[in-house]
Amino acid sequence: MMDFATGMLWIVGSSFAFLAALGVLRMPDVFTRMQASTKASTLGLGCLLIGAALQLGDLASILRLVSIGAFTLLTTPVSAHVIARGSYRADIPLWHGTVLDERREALEKAQATEQPEMG
Amino acid sequence: MLEFGTQFALVTLAAAVLVAVVRLVRGPTLPDRVVAMDLIGILVVGLIVVLAASTGVHATLDAAIVIALIAFVATIAYATYVEKGHPE
Repeated sequence: MMDFATGMLWIVGSSFAFLAALGVLRMPDVFTRMQASTKASTLGLGCLLIGAALQLGDLASILRLVSIGAFTLLTTPVSAHVIARGSYRADIPLWHGTVLDERREALEKAQATEQPEMG
Repeated sequence: MLEFGTQFALVTLAAAVLVAVVRLVRGPTLPDRVVAMDLIGILVVGLIVVLAASTGVHATLDAAIVIALIAFVATIAYATYVEKGHPE
C-alpha cells in the first residue's frame, strides 16, 4: 500500500516537474517562464518529498525532507519576486501580446501631466 | 508500482533537466538563464530525494539541502546583478 502511494506520488511529482521545464522552454518571455517554473516545480517537488517520506519512514530522514520542503516553499516566491523586479527594472522586453502593464501606463500618465515620476 | 514509479520519476526528471538546459543555453537574456538555473537546482534536489529514498542511502539528503540553499542564494545574487543594469 505504501509502495503504491509512493509510486503514484513520484509519477505525479515528476510529471509536474517536467511540465515546469516544458513551460520554461515554451513560454514567450521571462515573466511567464518564471511563473511556470515556480508554481509547477513547487508542487512537483512537494509530491516527490511526500513520496520519499512515506518510503523512508525514519525520523532523521523525515525531518530532513520536511526541512527541504519548508525551505523551498519559503524561498521560491521570494526568488521569483526578486527576478521579476530585477528584470522589469532592467527593461527586459515583455511579450508582444502583453495586455496590461500598469507601471508603464502610470509612468506615461505622469510624464504627460508633467508631474514627478511615480514608483 | 514502486519499481515503475522510481524508473518513471528518474527518467522524467532527467528529461526535465535536459529541457531546462536547452533554455539555459538559448537564453536570450540573462534573467531567462537565471530562471532556468533555478529550475535545474530544484529538479536536481528532486532527483537526489528520489534516489535517496529508492536506494535507502540517507546521507545524500544532506546534499539535497545544501543544493536547495545554494540555488536560492545564487538566484538572489544574480537578480541583484540584473537589477543593477547588466541584462546580458
